[in-house]
Amino acid sequence: MSAHQGAKLAEQFRLSGKRARRGTFLLVLPLLAFLMATFIFPIGAMLSRSIEDPTVATLLPRTAAALRSWNGKGRPPFSAYSALADDLKRANLEGTIGKVATRMNFERAGMRSLLIKTARVAHTFELPYAQAFNAVDLQWSEPELWGALRHASASTTAGYYASALDYSRTADGKWHQRAEEDQIYVTLFIRTLWVAGVVTGLCFLLGYPLAYFIAHLDERSRNLVLILVLLPFWTSLLVRTTAWIALLQTNGVVNDTLAALGGERLDLIHNMTGTLIAMTHILLPFMVLPAYSVMLSVPPALTRAAISLGASPWTAFWRVYFPMTLPGAAAGGLLVFILALGYYITPALVGGRTGQLISNMIEFHMKTSLNWGLAAALGGILLGGVLVLYIVYARVVGLNRLRLG
Amino acid sequence: MGRTTAIIIAAAAAVVILAGVLLFMLGRGTEKDVNQMDDELSEMKLPASDGTGPAPSVAAAAPATGNSLVVVSWGGAYTKSQIEAYHKPFEAKTGVKINSVDYNGGIAEIKVQVEAKNVTWDVVDMELADAQLACDEGLLEKIDAGTLPAAPDGTPALQDFVPNGITPCAVTTILFSHIVAFDTTKFETKKPSKLADFFNVKDFPGKRGMRKKSPKINLELALRADGVAGDKVYETLSTKAGVDRAFKKLDTIKDSVVWWEAGAQPPQLLADGEVTMTTGYNGRIFDAQIVEGKPFEIIWDGQLQELDVLGIVKGSSKLEAALQFIAFATDTQRLADQAKWIAYGPARKSSLPLVGKHFAKDIDMKPYMPNAPQNSTNAIQIDFLWWADHQEELNQRWAAWLAK
Repeated sequence: MSAHQGAKLAEQFRLSGKRARRGTFLLVLPLLAFLMATFIFPIGAMLSRSIEDPTVATLLPRTAAALRSWNGKGRPPFSAYSALADDLKRANLEGTIGKVATRMNFERAGMRSLLIKTARVAHTFELPYAQAFNAVDLQWSEPELWGALRHASASTTAGYYASALDYSRTADGKWHQRAEEDQIYVTLFIRTLWVAGVVTGLCFLLGYPLAYFIAHLDERSRNLVLILVLLPFWTSLLVRTTAWIALLQTNGVVNDTLAALGGERLDLIHNMTGTLIAMTHILLPFMVLPAYSVMLSVPPALTRAAISLGASPWTAFWRVYFPMTLPGAAAGGLLVFILALGYYITPALVGGRTGQLISNMIEFHMKTSLNWGLAAALGGILLGGVLVLYIVYARVVGLNRLRLG
Repeated sequence: MGRTTAIIIAAAAAVVILAGVLLFMLGRGTEKDVNQMDDELSEMKLPASDGTGPAPSVAAAAPATGNSLVVVSWGGAYTKSQIEAYHKPFEAKTGVKINSVDYNGGIAEIKVQVEAKNVTWDVVDMELADAQLACDEGLLEKIDAGTLPAAPDGTPALQDFVPNGITPCAVTTILFSHIVAFDTTKFETKKPSKLADFFNVKDFPGKRGMRKKSPKINLELALRADGVAGDKVYETLSTKAGVDRAFKKLDTIKDSVVWWEAGAQPPQLLADGEVTMTTGYNGRIFDAQIVEGKPFEIIWDGQLQELDVLGIVKGSSKLEAALQFIAFATDTQRLADQAKWIAYGPARKSSLPLVGKHFAKDIDMKPYMPNAPQNSTNAIQIDFLWWADHQEELNQRWAAWLAK
């Protein structure tokens, strides 16, 4: 074969390889497009809301410009009063005042009605504007109120993330922790981590022996037991959660049995206990299945070999068998932990007062208070936390050691 | 085997998720198509020139002919009462078909539809406070009070409705009430009779059911039970000391409370013996008492009244039909008819005398109306404007209080 032919062949190889890659790429293209449209784009759009804050800057543009030149100390400049009078007049005409009012009420309670009330009469305002504002409501003489307007008039904000960590800011822009009776999110983040950790631990304690048991059954009964694991897995989450309510409530099956045995009725549901029990049950298959399929791939000869070489059954298990199944258990643990961090229907239904997690607050701000910026910030922190944990996990355990089967 | 199982499970999970997403997307698509088909069908049967429906619009391609409406409400017995009292007669009168959709309150769905310019709902039944918020955010169409029919005796609509019954974007249909109910079998020697008894766990033992969703209702109940006069409640709550006082009162029963979320839960909690007393919506308790024959009793003392309204989603393609529907549904007779099906008070004063008997049981509905005179001696109306101003700070404190 001449050098020329060789080069040609190499060229052909290269081209066909390229074609094959292009073909593969075309095949995954629909999936990529699907992921972009349904996953990456919405999440990106949602997260951008956590720092974007265009309402005041676009709907009260002149006020925003006038307040930007003010340092937030003492009285605001006169130009701010006239600009706000103009902006309010226009916002009232265009029907956008409600949006501004709702937004400002996130900064300071009572701003909503104050702005709507003031906007309604802004067309009658005359010089000196400061007096006209004070005539409507004396709150307009407080620098803190103008400070709140000034903070909100920047088009990006760190305020949502600060709120999500229980911080708020004063008129001159200093951050400080909220009063103790108003602190909530940090507590909930910590509680969420704690619940995820405990649920993962419980799933391991219950799931690992179960997986071991199933993996060491003969083929026929193994499939039967596996179906028993999978059946609840295929049952609706809501059905399973509600079933736990029937079991655990004060006059439920468990407490009736306890009472019949002469025991005292326990508070098992609508609290943290209920959340832990229901979540552990629901997430258990995610631990059992990876652990089980890894156990199947461990040759039984190895344990026997260890025993024949003089190891006690426990040593054989602990030193030989367990390390080989650890990647499966670790993968299951990671799955359970990350799923648990975002759990929300189950705690909402059985968590009562003390079993609520951070996702329940996210839902509240999405659906009820419509403070999507704060919801996005809470979600962003949760997402960031999961990523950090994942990276730490990858560094410490090593992702190549994870196995799902 | 291990590998295969894992692959099968993963594939099954992926298929389920994908199928779910696709079904969801398809579902949204077909929902629209069905509406469109309904439009076409009913148009064939019913020429728009008969004067009942709006004339066919120029843009014939758009499904904007107004021959079907999507009306969204809370489901259950409440939606049933609306179907019987409003939807059926409206369909018979105008030929406009009504598709009833259930939701769970809140304005998030409306916001999403309006912001995405993909409005599939036309009329929504909502709490007044939500309607006010939605109106401010520009999510609802304006409704001209002048288009609402007058009472039979000629009283204009504005005077006929209960206070705050007509707002720029919404018209009230019913007045419902947050009340305390108890299981009579649990208090055979001494029955609770006033709101303060709800907070007295010593003399009236047992767990209490309370609504978890918001500080609204709970703070008012706490203050009223603590002796604050009805007209001083919001004045008191406007001060930090007043809010502290309300939370302190709630602290006294915090450990005995079972928190509920959905309106169907309070009668269920009572029936299951989970609680001996609970707050709840009067209509739900009525159903349990009268229709299901449960031994429950309502304490009307200190009841908190709230209004439920109809509004039109901004950008609805069937604005005219929607306006026509709201005017029809909130007339004197329709509101009185609804009370046959559910124990919520009609929002028009002229409807109250027309309230008759329950549709199935031979009982007069008037004594069960929250706005019946004997029930409302110590009642207050929830101040939705005050809550619009204070909900953020109090929600935060409420959530923090609950979590601790």
